[in-house]
Amino acid sequence: MLEITNLSHTYGNGPTAHNALGGIDLKVAQGELVCIVGPSGCGKSTLLRSIAGLLRPSGGQVTLNGAQVEQTPDNLAVVFQDYSRSLFPWMSVVDNVSLPLRRKGMDKRQRGQAAMEALEEVGLDGAAAKYPWQLSGGMQQRVSIARALAYRPALLLMDEPFGSVDAQTREDLEDLTLRVRNLHNMTIVLITHDIDESVYVGDRVVVLSKAPAGIVGDLRVDLPGPRDQITTREHPDFVHLRAEVGRLVRGMRSPSPSAS
Amino acid sequence: MTRHNPLDNRLLCGALGVAGLFCVMEVAGRTGLIDPLVFPLASTVLGRAAALVTDGEFLSDVASTLGAWALGLLFTVALAVPAGFLLGSLPRVESALRPILEFLRPIPSIALIPLALAVFSDRFDMKVLLIVYAATWPVLINTMYGLKDVDPLAKETLRSFGFGKSAVLWRVSLPSTAPFIATGVRLASAIALIVGISAELLGGGAQGIGSYVLESGGNADAVEYIIAAAIWAGVIGMVTNGLFVLAERRIFRWHTARTEVV
Amino acid sequence: MNGLLRGAVRLWPVPVVLLLWELLTRGIEMLSFPPPSQIATSMYTMWLTGPAERLWLTDAALTNIPVSVGRLLSGWVLAGVVGIVLGVALGRSPLLFRFIDPLVQFARAIPPPMLLAFFMALFSIGPRMQISFIAFGIVWPVLINASEGARQVDRQHLDTARVFGLSGGERLFRIILPSAMPKIFAGLRVSLSLALILMVLSELVGSTDGIGFQLLDAQRSYDFSGVWGTIVVLGVLGYVFNSAFLAAERRVLSWHRSAKQTT
Repeated sequence: MLEITNLSHTYGNGPTAHNALGGIDLKVAQGELVCIVGPSGCGKSTLLRSIAGLLRPSGGQVTLNGAQVEQTPDNLAVVFQDYSRSLFPWMSVVDNVSLPLRRKGMDKRQRGQAAMEALEEVGLDGAAAKYPWQLSGGMQQRVSIARALAYRPALLLMDEPFGSVDAQTREDLEDLTLRVRNLHNMTIVLITHDIDESVYVGDRVVVLSKAPAGIVGDLRVDLPGPRDQITTREHPDFVHLRAEVGRLVRGMRSPSPSAS
Repeated sequence: MTRHNPLDNRLLCGALGVAGLFCVMEVAGRTGLIDPLVFPLASTVLGRAAALVTDGEFLSDVASTLGAWALGLLFTVALAVPAGFLLGSLPRVESALRPILEFLRPIPSIALIPLALAVFSDRFDMKVLLIVYAATWPVLINTMYGLKDVDPLAKETLRSFGFGKSAVLWRVSLPSTAPFIATGVRLASAIALIVGISAELLGGGAQGIGSYVLESGGNADAVEYIIAAAIWAGVIGMVTNGLFVLAERRIFRWHTARTEVV
Repeated sequence: MNGLLRGAVRLWPVPVVLLLWELLTRGIEMLSFPPPSQIATSMYTMWLTGPAERLWLTDAALTNIPVSVGRLLSGWVLAGVVGIVLGVALGRSPLLFRFIDPLVQFARAIPPPMLLAFFMALFSIGPRMQISFIAFGIVWPVLINASEGARQVDRQHLDTARVFGLSGGERLFRIILPSAMPKIFAGLRVSLSLALILMVLSELVGSTDGIGFQLLDAQRSYDFSGVWGTIVVLGVLGYVFNSAFLAAERRVLSWHRSAKQTT
């Protein structure tokens, strides 16, 4: 459903040019949850911004359900890392969630209803009338997720979605993501720098190299489900996979043949 | 970043904007879209403004206004900064005087001109005093605000090394309040010009750029003189403000978050 | 009630200063410095000796005060609308900004009193001249603040709006204007206090009614308690406007203050 072919991007020109993406090919199937990991500063965000149509890449193309992405596609949602800058502080929680639904041609009542349902799914229906800044960081990120859910996107992009919350909240949010994804059979591309998280959440882990980013590994994660923060993380396959991903991220040669 | 040389570009664009306005005004005047009797041609105004540079009467008026302005600001700083420190460091005095200040502050300083006209025989003294009154507020308030903003940790650090009260005031409070005071003085400088010129306009007879406008009001081509004088007043305002901004940037490079109050 | 009492106690310096002032002015007996009691009497006769069915307001109170307030507010609203529209346009268009900014910087540097004579020549004496003079003199703080506020909209807010496909109008009214609102309010507040000053000035120079005219009238007839009384009324007006504005700002920008405190 998502197809990226030979995507490259360079910032600026002349001697100060920065080559962020160096020819990326990637296919994501319907219903897949693909985690993209890479060292910090490797161009993960550039990749995400190109997929979202927020940035015009210098070369290559992105197609979503057969249509080339030129501007922001209408069946795509993003959960950003920095929830405090992505939620609008002057709107209540429910208004934040229902705002994008105007594009879906719903009337006011329908929008409110859809927003409430989404908030219920993330366990925040009690906070609908509050303002984002009255909530904790984890709760704010739940609102962001609810906003994406209510939008019913074909593809959900998550840019380091749990990077700014504490460890406990992080685990809760990971499980929340897995739950809603199973519920709606959503296609998700999640960008992270956390190797454990990528293996725990993903069906597939794609490893990027340092800038200019290229794909250095594409591993299928076959862990017995349902996933659980304790038992999954102690499963031998999990331990093996995270070591494998870790080596790839650090640019080390893997001692065993790739699991892909 | 794909911008090549933004500074060059900005200058060019700005110059084009100014030239564009000039041309539009000139064409509008020449084609009769704007009656040149009501609003003189842009070229006429510019020529008049250029001629004013060699006009001795105008220059002495400008000098008089700037003199009152500078003297007023000087007195203001000498008065308002110590007062701000006093009020800021003595909370009891501050809370006692606060209601009085709150009653005085909203009085528009211009309203005092008719009274001052009756009290003062010397127009220059009157101008300076009005300027001091009006310009005191931003300096005073910014000083007090800046003093509240002083990092208590910095004060405690110094105190823990055994420094006395005056050393703390001199080494921590004053330097960290200084950028706020500077902002207050910059705001005050604009207010001082407004009040000074208003006093000249209402006072009559005295020297000053405002009196110049008043006197040329009788001419047939008065508007031409008025706009030309206003252009120079704008230049003066821009230069003084620019100098303050430049000085602030040079002196307070360490004060990254230059905050605006009032 | 307790708070009210404490507020009243806090005001103790006011009667003390008034008393000192009274004693001092009675002592020096200067015509231009009448004692406060005399000012109060004069204010009473000037404004509060009208017929009972008009709440005892005199003709002077009923004409001059509303006329002045009307001019002030019309000029302020006009400047607010023009300043916000132009400012947001300048803030959102870097190219336009580069062309217009020097003109804006220059225009705002002109001390407004310099232009009073020009506006009088253009419109002759009357409300039209006063309102346009006030508006032109005070538009700059709003314009500059609005342009700064619109320029500094968080990029992630705009990205979010784009991802979720908000239309241009929705982006303007739901993202850009609300983010710029704190700055716009800061500009509007400066403009409001400047509006009072320019209103008085325009009435002192070119008017046949209004509070400023009354002030000039009192001065010309050497009625100094009248002069002082008018100044007091202007101070009260300034205080009321500022307080009302702050109350409105607290309501509209409640999200801003709290958001800043918690993050």
